[in-house]
Formats: sequence, structure tokens, C-alpha cells
Amino acid sequence: MRKYAFRRLLQLIPILFAITFLSYGMMRIAGSDVVTQKMENTGQILSEDKLNAAREQLGLDKPFLTQYFVWLGKLLHGDMGNSYVSSLPVFDTFISKLPATLLLTVTSILLTIIISIPLGILSAVKQNTIMDYLIRLCSFIGNSLPNFFVSLLLMYFLAIRLRIFPVIAKEVSLKSVAMPAITLAIAMSAKYLRQVRATVLDELSKDYVAGAKARGVKFSVTLWKSIMKASLVTIITLLMLSVGNLLGGTAIVESIFMWDGVGKMAVDAISMRDYPIIQAYVMWMAIIYVVVNLLTDLSYRFLDPRIRLGGVKQ
Amino acid sequence: MSEKQNKNVTVRVQKIKKNHIKQKLAFFLILAIGLVVLAVFSEHLCPYDPYAQDLASALQPPSLQHPMGTDTYGRDMLSRVISGARASIFSTFILVAVISVLGTAVGVCCGYFGGAADAVMMRISDVCLAFPGLVFAMAIAAILGGGIQNAVIALAVVSWPKYSRIARGQTLALKEEPYIHAAILAGDSSGQIMLRHILPNMLGPVLVTAMLDIGTMMMELAGLSFLGLGAQIPMAEWGSMMSSGRSMIQTYPWVVLSPGIAIFISVAIFNLLGDTVRDYLDPKNSRS
Repeated sequence: MRKYAFRRLLQLIPILFAITFLSYGMMRIAGSDVVTQKMENTGQILSEDKLNAAREQLGLDKPFLTQYFVWLGKLLHGDMGNSYVSSLPVFDTFISKLPATLLLTVTSILLTIIISIPLGILSAVKQNTIMDYLIRLCSFIGNSLPNFFVSLLLMYFLAIRLRIFPVIAKEVSLKSVAMPAITLAIAMSAKYLRQVRATVLDELSKDYVAGAKARGVKFSVTLWKSIMKASLVTIITLLMLSVGNLLGGTAIVESIFMWDGVGKMAVDAISMRDYPIIQAYVMWMAIIYVVVNLLTDLSYRFLDPRIRLGGVKQ
Repeated sequence: MSEKQNKNVTVRVQKIKKNHIKQKLAFFLILAIGLVVLAVFSEHLCPYDPYAQDLASALQPPSLQHPMGTDTYGRDMLSRVISGARASIFSTFILVAVISVLGTAVGVCCGYFGGAADAVMMRISDVCLAFPGLVFAMAIAAILGGGIQNAVIALAVVSWPKYSRIARGQTLALKEEPYIHAAILAGDSSGQIMLRHILPNMLGPVLVTAMLDIGTMMMELAGLSFLGLGAQIPMAEWGSMMSSGRSMIQTYPWVVLSPGIAIFISVAIFNLLGDTVRDYLDPKNSRS
């Protein structure tokens, strides 16, 4: 088990190399750089000499490959460099954005679990009743609404009309996390509901359910003891993948609600061509991807001992 | 009831179910085709010029003259929403067509030939999957400059691995079927086997994924435009229309609601169509 996990984590190294190189390359081809962006933002016209001096100071005048390897060399010594915009260390900036994203991740996942699991089970147990149709209709609507539309609707109804929540998050608190978390939870619950319903329906049709009924086991006992346990694999996989997505910061939702997390940091860094920050973000995403996939596979093994690790190629 | 009668009943129930799905499929197909026709003839269907500014009649609420009201520049919202259908629906179709065809082709080749090329392609798709989807797209849009076609390219780069994984898995399973071995013995070339024997047998799952992807991709494209990385400002596109109207949601909600509802309805129609196609192709419903 440990060997398997270690081997999987080793895959991270080539992926990290490829991804950081790729993003470095793409940012270079993008043409504009942080010096130009800063000048455009402040509206000042500076002489070409001054711009070049600024570039030289940041090392942007060197050839692309040299820049990449200088960055890589520093990284291997544990130095992620400084942000081009704020001049603060990248690592500190990144860590300071993490709590906001973590809070958003945890609250939206909790909301999703609270909404989707009971409703999904209810919809499966009461299959083809009005209840089932209603739940499925809601799930369908949630699936067809883009999250920026949901954000704007929530802003309009909850913040502007009812004044329950602040329109824009001024600080990281439970009250200000509510709207972005609800937005994310609506889309995720809609997706999960269908999965939970399908999994539970699948389990319900199995022989052991009829067997338990024939032996006089109460349905609620079968539901909680057996069906839930068997459905957990699907639910956990989905949850893991969503946690991965959310930890990367949700660019659109974080930007709309001005939520000062990793996603908004990435959007801002891209628009300013702040390479070191972008690199940190891209590396963070790659680490999440590999770790989440590994944890998902390990949890399969944990929940279903029939599955053998690394037994099947790929 | 004898067993034979019982069997007859099941067959009839399945037939009714199948017919029901067929009717549903026809219904949603007509709706979807209606949307596409609307997109094709959008120029002729707009009651007003979607780009004609008329500051005197700016921000009018919905009325008989302007059923969806007007925006900040006095442009007719209904015309802009109809004209936006073109940008959203066409781009989505091109995007889904490209990624499903290319992704499937890569997946079939990888699965069929295996070996080093397969390993390399799968690592590349790992890199694409590990890359932050939307942000990858944003970077490409930033490189190529704004514009809906660049948003399409950007999303294509991050979404193709999904199809190649499905196609690869299917090919690996099909490769061991006796009829493929027979075809090899009969002297068919690899290309013939892939095109004639493997591809037709795995179209179902790919088609279902592609149909269900239309709605998602439509939302992602609109999302990129919303962030200002897709369609550029004067262009009538639903995502960018919502973005430019978002500060006015309090006082002039129709500016945001009209394009929002348009996205919702189109995504809903394509999602329903996708679900029905899946039910239709589901072997559980076609045993008769």
C-alpha cells in the first residue's frame, strides 16, 4: 500500500516539470508582460528605457529558457520568488489566500452533503412519486444554470432584496462565505443528487434487499446499514473530485463575490502576467490533481476490499 | 398466468417504454433543431438591429415595443438575445464536434496500438487534466487575444482528454473480441479495423458524452465570455451581455435576466436531449 502510494506520488515529478514549463511557455507567448500591464493600468506613459530597465530588474529581458531554468533552480532551493506586482514572497502570498479557499471548500461541501444525500435517497426510495419528480426537477434546473447566473440571482435576492448577506465579501467570515458557498453547492448538489439516486436505485434492485425484507428486517435498517454503505463508494469519489476542484479555487465565483481566495489570485495574476504567482498556482493544481486521484483510489480499496491496488494496468 | 404470457407482457411493457423514449427523443430533437434554426437565421429574425444604439430609449423596461426591454445603449434586448444564440450555439457545436472527433481518434489509436505512443499520449492527457481547466483556457485566450474563437480553442485543449480516455477504454475492451482477431486474420489493415470494426461499436458512449457535453460547454463558453476572455464587448453573446449588465441587476434586472434565461433554456434543452439519447441507447431499454 505504502509502496503503491509512493510510486503514484513519484508521477507528480514529471507532471510538475511539464506543467510548469508549459505555463511558463504560454505566458511568454502571451506577448504582454507585467511591465506593460502595470503601465496600462496606471495610465502613465513611460519611456522605452525605463520599461527596459524594469524588465531587466525582473530578469524578463533574458531568453525564455534561461528564465525558466533560473526559476527552476531557485525553486529547487526552496525559493518560489517574489510576486512581480506586490514584490511580496510568492509562498507567503499563496499561503495567505489559502484559508479563504479552504473555508469556501468546507462550507460548500458540507452544504452539498446536507442537501444531496438525503434528497437523493428520498428520491430513490420514493421512485416515480410526485416527491421524486419534484426533486429531479430541482436537480435538473440546478444542472442547467451557469454558476455566474446563480451568483447574480443570489446577489439580487439574498443581498439586495432581502439584505440577509453582504453583497461583497469584505472579510473572511461565515456570513460572507454563505453566498459563494450556496452558489457552488447548488451546482454540486444537482449533480450529486442524480448520482446518489442512481446508486441507491441500483442497490435497491439487488437480491439482498429483497432477502432482508423476506427475513423481516426493517427497511430503515437495510437502508442505513447496507444500502448506504454500498453507495458510499460513489459518493466519496464524487466528493473527492469536487474537493479537488474547489481547492483550486473557483475562478468565476470567487471573482464575482470578491472572495479573496486562490481562484481570484490566479485570475488577477493572469491578467497582470505575474509569472511567479501563476507558477505557484499551476503547481498547486497539479499537486491537488495527483493527490486527489491517489486518495480516491486508496479510498476505493478501503471501502471495497475486493479492489486490488495496481492490479490492473492504468 | 403462464410463463409465456408473462414474457409477452414484459416485451410489451418494454415496447411501450421504447416508444415513449422515441417520442421524447423526437420532441427534444425538434426543440434543439428549432434552436439551431433560430441561430442560423438570427439575422433575419431580430426585430431590431442588435447593434443599433439609441440612447434616447436606453434602459426601458419590457414593453410591447421591446419585449425584453433595452440595455444601457438603448439596444433592443430581444434582438441581442436572438443574435447571441448564434455565437453561443454555433461555437458550442464546433467545440464539441472538434473535441469529440479528435479525442476519439487519439483514444482509438492509443488503445489499438498501445506501446510508447500510448504511454506518451496518456501522460500528455494527464498534464491537460492536471492543468486548471478554466485557467488554462484563460491563458490561451490571453495569448490569442479575446474573441469567441479563442475561447473555443482554449476549451478544446483542456477538454479533449475526456473523450480519448473513453475511446481508449472501449478500444482496449473491443480489441480482444473474436471478430477483431478474425478481421486481422482476414488481412484487414489496422486502419480498416479501427474505422470499420472498432469505431462503429463504440460510437454509443462517445455520442452520449458529446450530447451531454453540449450543455456544459455552452455554460463554460459563456463563463469565459463573462470573465471577459471570450466574446468581446460589442458582440452580442449571452455571457458577456450578463457581465456588462451585472452592476445594473438592482435597478434594471431585465438586462441580466434576459440573456441568463436564454442560456438556461438552451442548456436545459440540450441536457434533456442528451439524457434522452442516453436512455435511447441504453441496452436495458432495447431488449425486445
